[in-house]
Amino acid sequence: NLCLLFFQSPVRSCLLLVVVSVCVQQVHGVWPLPQQLHQSADRGCLSPQRFSFTYGRDSAAQTGCSVLDAAFKRYFSIIFPDFTKGSGLLMCENQSNRLSVKTGGCDGYPDEDSDESYNLSVSEGQAVLRSVTVWGALRGLESFSQLVYQDDYGSYFINKTEIVDFPRFAFRGLLLDTSRHYLPLHAILKTLDAMAYSKFNVFHWHIVDDPSFPYQSRTFPDLSNKGAFHPFTHIYTQSDVMRVIEHARMRGIRVVPEFDSPGHTQSWGKGQPGLLTPCYKGGVPSGSFGPVDPTIDTTYKFMESLLKEVKFVFPDSYVHLGGDEVSFACWQSNPNVRKFMEKMGFGKDFTKLESFYMESIMNMTAALNRTSIVWQDVFDYHERIPQDTVLEIWKGEKYQAELSRMTQAGHRVLLSAPWYINHISYGQDWRNSYAVQPQNFSGTEEQKKLVIGGEVAMWGEYVDATNLTPRLWPRACAAAERLWSNEEKTLNADLAFPRLEEFRCELLRRGIQAEPLFVGHCKHEYDGL
Amino acid sequence: MTWVEVNAAPELIHTPPLRLKQKSADRTALNTDMYCLLKCSPLILAVAVCHGWLFGDFVGKQKELDEISLWPLPQKFQSSAVAFKLSPGSFQIVHAKQSSAGPSCSILVNAFRRYFEYMFGDLKKHEKSRKKVYDSDLAELQVWITSADPECDGYPSLQADESYELSVDEPSAVLKAANVWGALRGLETFSQLVYRDDYGANNINKTDISDFPRFAHRGILLDSSRHFLPLKVILANLEAMAMNKFNVFHWHIVDDPSFPYMSRTFPDLSQKRKGAYHPFTHVYTPSDVKMVIEFARMRGIRVIPEFDTPGHTQSWGNGIKNLLTPCYSGSSPSGTFGPVNPILNSSYDFMTQFFKEISTVFPDAYIHLGGDEVDFSCWKSNPDIKKFMVQQGFGTDYSKLESFYIQRLLDIVAATKKGYMVWQEVFDNGVKLKADTQIHVWKERPQYQDEMAKVTAAGFNALLSTPWYLNRISYGQDWVNIYKADPQNFTGTDAQKKLVIGGEACLWGEYVDATNLTPRLWPRASAVAERLWSDKSVTDVGNAYKRLVQHRCRMVKRGIPAEPLFVGHCRQEYMGL
Repeated sequence: NLCLLFFQSPVRSCLLLVVVSVCVQQVHGVWPLPQQLHQSADRGCLSPQRFSFTYGRDSAAQTGCSVLDAAFKRYFSIIFPDFTKGSGLLMCENQSNRLSVKTGGCDGYPDEDSDESYNLSVSEGQAVLRSVTVWGALRGLESFSQLVYQDDYGSYFINKTEIVDFPRFAFRGLLLDTSRHYLPLHAILKTLDAMAYSKFNVFHWHIVDDPSFPYQSRTFPDLSNKGAFHPFTHIYTQSDVMRVIEHARMRGIRVVPEFDSPGHTQSWGKGQPGLLTPCYKGGVPSGSFGPVDPTIDTTYKFMESLLKEVKFVFPDSYVHLGGDEVSFACWQSNPNVRKFMEKMGFGKDFTKLESFYMESIMNMTAALNRTSIVWQDVFDYHERIPQDTVLEIWKGEKYQAELSRMTQAGHRVLLSAPWYINHISYGQDWRNSYAVQPQNFSGTEEQKKLVIGGEVAMWGEYVDATNLTPRLWPRACAAAERLWSNEEKTLNADLAFPRLEEFRCELLRRGIQAEPLFVGHCKHEYDGL
Repeated sequence: MTWVEVNAAPELIHTPPLRLKQKSADRTALNTDMYCLLKCSPLILAVAVCHGWLFGDFVGKQKELDEISLWPLPQKFQSSAVAFKLSPGSFQIVHAKQSSAGPSCSILVNAFRRYFEYMFGDLKKHEKSRKKVYDSDLAELQVWITSADPECDGYPSLQADESYELSVDEPSAVLKAANVWGALRGLETFSQLVYRDDYGANNINKTDISDFPRFAHRGILLDSSRHFLPLKVILANLEAMAMNKFNVFHWHIVDDPSFPYMSRTFPDLSQKRKGAYHPFTHVYTPSDVKMVIEFARMRGIRVIPEFDTPGHTQSWGNGIKNLLTPCYSGSSPSGTFGPVNPILNSSYDFMTQFFKEISTVFPDAYIHLGGDEVDFSCWKSNPDIKKFMVQQGFGTDYSKLESFYIQRLLDIVAATKKGYMVWQEVFDNGVKLKADTQIHVWKERPQYQDEMAKVTAAGFNALLSTPWYLNRISYGQDWVNIYKADPQNFTGTDAQKKLVIGGEACLWGEYVDATNLTPRLWPRASAVAERLWSDKSVTDVGNAYKRLVQHRCRMVKRGIPAEPLFVGHCRQEYMGL
């Protein structure tokens, strides 16, 4: 009882051309591109009245699985937006469509080993989505929702389709910076929605930095009381953080917080006296402060308490420890630090002091059973790094050489350097992001495997709630496809362009304020402001 | 992980307002008056602010330096540390007794309500209801229109007098202007003077302002053809324009990609074969256009439509047969089309009827006729055109053919009693122009300074846009370069300089639609606003940065998603999204 079209009269065969052209378009209509996708021009109707999601009889997950129950609800209104508004002409009847989901394991949180693969088979009257975990089911639901389209009369269709899909990289992240500008909770939640549409799976929350400390710590409330832009309106309370984590979990997204030290900590000093190094000028304290003071015990006690809290609050097994851009000028000026250097036999090499500090907190993190991520600086200047530490490349030039060196040393690596999309320029700069080849460096197959993924970074110097969303989307989608899809099948940006345009319009239809790629229009334009 | 900031931003933040310091020697002398009055000659005017004084009995809290957030900076400005409270429950904006305008003046009545909302709209009801008036309160703002005709029902024009005088003192503040246009500018300034102290009370300092614009034409161009811009977005930007004292909305309404203007005379232009992106959802109906014009009028903003020909007209061809030149490939038509066909009488008949409609729909005295970027390759391919060229003795100089077309078009438009603006190519190509034609300079080469000199030397009015193509984005604080450009910065006589009537910030639509238009335009366009309104000497970037940060937060508070200039925060962040 599938609504197939039969063409008998000449008039109908005219229709055929139209239909085929629609279908041809639809063949490419999934972003990021699935690993294997076969579509036929045969299409079936979906009736919102009859369509339903059901758990497969042999599925390990059944009604009551929070992640999927919520996802069914979400995707129903994504697929049938008009229906929820109570309008829409439905031309096809007598259909009973079901998307049957067969999956296993309704786990708590997605993690680095989560299996996100899925198989989707859309055939007459029924579609079947198979996955090992609920996280795979989420990815499959997203693809399914992108396959559904409406004709000019408002009827919903889906073509006969077979998809076998899995991500190329396990770590597909997006960084938001909530310190340089405060981002209201709803801006973060909205970003998580859009991330799920693009199959991103890690939200790297650069939550604090020099300008402000919006994280409200349960152990050290003064950090935000004194270090946030405003102690009440510009903070993330514990319940805000929990809401972000839960919103992300429902979409199969991990939340990895970054507490960057010893540099980038000016805002920490306001609520934690004695933490930062006092800078000296002419033999006396100048009143300004430098990086975290690595020479005193209280620093490590504080960091240990903070990291314990972080472990308690953030369920993910990864923590980003920063470690970038440490300026040595203040350390150099401080007589106590110099004395300490002498005692430790570091000579005049302040990188050794930095190394000493980072090693301590990385060990602390390991003792808490958490994996550290650190910026490339830590690897560049230091020799001893715990083997399971993940290194993140951010410096623009020669990132290929850095990839070689790091993987040669046996470390797992994240690539972010070519995806600093806070850097804007005129024109279609998504093409640069799309052209990145994360495994294109000299190294063995084993080395290539150590590249576990990458991150799009949206640093906050010039970004807040007013411009975040259109600056992120659809520009971040380019990296999303690079990190998910088969590189061989997605080398050509010109071929990707129409599919990305279509996806951008789909984002608009879903309420994501994604900016245009070029001249043109969408059926459903953004109607906010 | 983040790049080292290459911009001058941190420096900007700490640059002291030098001009202020020069004046500080006068402090003690003025102290006795208990009123700080700084004489501000236009040259050393920038921000004249008194702060940090100890006046024993003043109830009002002195205004901190960083509270001064006027944008664009008025021509003459005197302020003292004496502060008055404004009680939302009792404060009123009223017509002065002597005013020629009264309650029937819809422009003013609407503006009173709008500015009251801006100043107190975010307050809770009970905060507004305090009726008791204290001695230190400012009870009202009297708006006094001095000329016999307040122009309440008129439209703003190039000649409109936008000057005003504002005096804030007990018990009333008085805003004096010749007509409503100046009053609108003064109301905006008044609303910018009101600030909230740490206890949430509304304050305003004793102030005297005498203000007028440096240039008469201060415009924003929006492009609704490359992407359709919903009405809501256009109206929001008219609001933002008024907050920045812009007074011209240059509506680049149609172009190659789409024709969203719904014409009464030629409805097929938008309704047929994809003239508009969609004949119902992506068009401006006559009532939409009317609404834009009225909304703009209420804010003292002129609406100048641009109907660009003979190039940039691909979308016109969908609805009007034979309007565009058929291109040839070899000896047969290729199926593609070029610019408007300049050799057919039907083209001119069409233009006559079309511009007759436009001249009645848009009340402004000027129409922008475009005339830029005409590609000759299609004309060159067409045998009929080639024949015509020979007949007319144009040889192979196709710019002569372009001139031929423009000449006739200008005559057609002149017959509708409208003045016209054209892009610089029309002037460059030597087309004979009416003396009051405004030449719009946009090209980067030759240098715009040379072009401005040339245009004004020929005696024409000039408008500058070259340094203000705000659709071109780059990383960092690009508003600084926008701010530094000056339309009169070219070699020429005083008479030539006077021919510069202003400029326009352009936001072309290749990469812009409703999703990103507002944050991309604001507050970058604010830099242009100050350049075109304030005195030539107002060029201190450090001082501008401080004020602009505040001004940007004010726009955010008023619901305009203006993007941040740099790291920091606003008391009230943007809550849209």
